[in-house]
Amino acid sequence: MTGDSNREGIRGMANPRRYGIERFAYILMRITGLGLLAYFVAHIYETSAILRGRAGWDEVLAMTQTVEGHIVLTLVIGMCVFHTVNGIRLMIVQGGIMTGKPGRADYPYTPRSQNARNKIAIYSAIVLAAVAMMYGLTVMFGEL
Amino acid sequence: MAGVPSSKTTTRLKIKRSNPAAGGAESYSEFDVDTEAWTTVLDAILAAKNYGDHSVGVRYSCRQATCGSCGMMINGKPRLACFTKISELDGGTVTVEPMKNFPIVRDLVVGFDRLFRSHHRIKPYIISDEADIEEGVRENRQTPEELEKYIQFAGCIKCGLCNSACPTMATDSQFAGPQSLAQVYRYVADTRDKGKDERLKIIDDSHGIWRCHYAGSCSKVCPKGVDPAMGIQLLKGHMLGFR
Repeated sequence: MTGDSNREGIRGMANPRRYGIERFAYILMRITGLGLLAYFVAHIYETSAILRGRAGWDEVLAMTQTVEGHIVLTLVIGMCVFHTVNGIRLMIVQGGIMTGKPGRADYPYTPRSQNARNKIAIYSAIVLAAVAMMYGLTVMFGEL
Repeated sequence: MAGVPSSKTTTRLKIKRSNPAAGGAESYSEFDVDTEAWTTVLDAILAAKNYGDHSVGVRYSCRQATCGSCGMMINGKPRLACFTKISELDGGTVTVEPMKNFPIVRDLVVGFDRLFRSHHRIKPYIISDEADIEEGVRENRQTPEELEKYIQFAGCIKCGLCNSACPTMATDSQFAGPQSLAQVYRYVADTRDKGKDERLKIIDDSHGIWRCHYAGSCSKVCPKGVDPAMGIQLLKGHMLGFR
């Protein structure tokens, strides 16, 4: 036997194409979580520039006032909204709420845990993130 | 007399071959198999084995989705070969590979040691001082409502498809897995069982229930409608005091 050599690894874990919208939301949750973590680190670096006085602060702030800076901030808005809304869904579901009621399984065995309420919550998180990003783009590029 | 119309077609079957014990490289063997609308992937593999290459390694038994022996990756998804009709699959070529997240024994056969160890660890039996029925004593009775709470989870055939689809199993070599976690719920929800605290202690660790992040893939692939994701979330709710 090959021990762990047949494990799918990160590539298999991160493949969003095979198991429907729930698996897609799972992967998006991880990506947005990592993205927000990276943003928080960058944000600490950015705000710490104030220790170098007004000139230092203005210099770092100018980086966000570019097209690239606005795109990055728009992505941050999208990540933040999706992660928050989907996170609330996950907290509720992992508390055993909204998972459906156990009962005798009948063919074709549609899983009750993958119910419409969950799907609506996932699509809502995506739509809200998209709307927030569009609003962010309008505000930021309106300033340029 | 008019003949019965035939839906016979030829299907290209690609079987992944490997023998880790012999240190051999991985390869694919291809077979053209005659199939009908009702031909299952297992039928096709056995046809390839019988008339193409006897050395194809495959494990099967009941051929009716009861024994849980013939789980494998079929066109990239974990499924039971005996429960998957070729006519239900997209495309002309059917690719079969050993189940992911299980060690390969040979070709399509994988080792179940870890799954059975995890299953055994959660004590998959009724724990109760009243479990032994003495003469003249009435057996433990349950209402239909009490039965409904766990009967769905009692349908698990230990085929391992859920563990194969689980993203945590893909990256954590010590994770208990959706199969055994769902079975914990099966016994916790059983009114006859008194082993709740013992079982919850076993799964309440860093590679236990809290590593499930509700991707739901286990429930998507379950061929018996067990819905492990539901059982695991209900169990979490129970442990968190919400239920």
